[in-house]
Amino acid sequence: MALSINHLCTACDACLRVCPNDAIVEDQPYYVIEAAACTECLGDHAEAQCAAICPIEGAIVDELGVALNPPGSLTGIPLHKLTALQLVAAQP
Amino acid sequence: MDLPVIPIVPVKSDAGGCASSGCGSAPDALAHLPDHIRRKVQDHPCYSEQAHHYFARMHVAVAPACNIQCNYCNRKFDCANESRPGVVSELLGPDQAVKKVLAVAAAIPQMTVLGIAGPGDPLANPERTFATFRELSARAPDIKLCVSTNGLRLPEFADEIAKHNIDHVTITINCVDPEIGARIYPWIYWDKRRIRGGEAARILIEQQQKGLEMLTARGVLVKVNSVMIPGVNDAHLKEVSRIVKAKGAFLHNVMPLIAEAAHGTYYGVMEQRSPTAAELQALQDECAGDMAMMRHCRQCRADAVGMLGEDRGAEFSLDKIDALDIDYAAAMARRKLVHEEIIGKLEAQRREPARKVGAGGTVDEVTDRGRPVLMAVATTGGGVINQHFGHAREFLIYEASAMDVRFIGHRKTDLYCSGGDTCGDAGDENESVLDRTIAALLGCEVVLCARIGYEPWGRLEAAGIAPNGEHAMEPIEEAVAAVWREMLAAGKLAAPAAAKLCA
Repeated sequence: MALSINHLCTACDACLRVCPNDAIVEDQPYYVIEAAACTECLGDHAEAQCAAICPIEGAIVDELGVALNPPGSLTGIPLHKLTALQLVAAQP
Repeated sequence: MDLPVIPIVPVKSDAGGCASSGCGSAPDALAHLPDHIRRKVQDHPCYSEQAHHYFARMHVAVAPACNIQCNYCNRKFDCANESRPGVVSELLGPDQAVKKVLAVAAAIPQMTVLGIAGPGDPLANPERTFATFRELSARAPDIKLCVSTNGLRLPEFADEIAKHNIDHVTITINCVDPEIGARIYPWIYWDKRRIRGGEAARILIEQQQKGLEMLTARGVLVKVNSVMIPGVNDAHLKEVSRIVKAKGAFLHNVMPLIAEAAHGTYYGVMEQRSPTAAELQALQDECAGDMAMMRHCRQCRADAVGMLGEDRGAEFSLDKIDALDIDYAAAMARRKLVHEEIIGKLEAQRREPARKVGAGGTVDEVTDRGRPVLMAVATTGGGVINQHFGHAREFLIYEASAMDVRFIGHRKTDLYCSGGDTCGDAGDENESVLDRTIAALLGCEVVLCARIGYEPWGRLEAAGIAPNGEHAMEPIEEAVAAVWREMLAAGKLAAPAAAKLCA
């Protein structure tokens, strides 16, 4: 089991420094989680650390492709205020 | 059709950005500071109103990560035409940043200040931030270092900051009340968790206040930035000002909220309005008391280079500086001469008695005889009125009164976007630009420019703003004073009835 980062990532570096497993690597055009090293922080922390600091909704997903921070969850912007484009973009 | 005015002789300004020389003749906003602090800030363009005409600054974008979310920020946005904090085009590693700083310092000897301001929070990227500072304090000891932070991790790094050559810190403090904070900050990352709502704001406020106290106790100069958000913290900022001043902040900078739907920020999307120029000025006046308020802040990008109000970042992109071979020892000698010359000039200005412009007589003669008037000035630099009204992207605002001519601040006409061909709609753009300009000049009674077209002339007059092209190429303060005297002579400045009764 492992989390992964998708194209929404802005390479802001925040997750890399909080991962307890050093599972995140700087890559082009965005960061990558090495699946073999990722534990989803189970046993270490109450929350997956990358997802707890990531500022971009939809950028970190679980193995089923479900966003840990779905649209609206970080900015508080109500879904009806998001444009169709923003909603599509925020889908993993 | 242009109205007949004095022909314009283009003047090359040696000081970019703000062109007023009037900040110097206005009462010195830092006059209340002890000498040792004044010496620290006299060559800092962001802190000294006077210095920003002569000295330049630069930011290096080495700190991408952030540990809080603000409702006025969207980290996804990056546009070369955008000019606002938190936006950059090119992220640098510490080594690249050091090389860029040395290149700029050699090319622009007036550059005295290097700041790290993001695009995230510098203290959320401590390794990259302090590696840059360490290297620079060793290789370029003539450059002042500053850092700008949200304050969440400030207590943790207060000793580290004091240990380096960093003697200027800016903390953004928008509130001291968690309930208000909950409307500004949706979350923070703290103690391995994402914390939301009032609890997040409470922790952030606690850390900011503790950090402020720790820095001032260590003799580090602290400036406080606040974003004015109408209906959220506008009334509250007076309290913030009082508290941070009591804790030793030497300067408070109240900045207007930047919020547009296109930026995709919470405030932008939710149509939170920005303050008007008049509201901002009123709050700045209320917060001022005997504390210095900043009026010349331009809300720079986190990778800005040059004088305040200008950005020469594109001249120093990575590929360009890679090709450079810099002899910093030689540059430092040259820089020293330039700095000494400017400081000498500033000291001389400071010794000069403040110019009393009023009606040309003594203050006693003219007091009570005319009310203060706001005037807008179009200028490209050099301290003179030399810009066509239609070309002005920002206006300098002056208040003329019987006492003096005071620089109040600047107002932008096309807010925060310098984009030309690719930005905005083509159709009615001229119409809307003029509308926006007139709205930006609200409260001004006169606009001084080198020339002005027929149509805007009529529109300005209809809006109650008198266009004036008669002082083209004249020094700003003298022209503003002359216009004020003309208005006084024409009986347009009768003192309010109440004042007459008191007199």
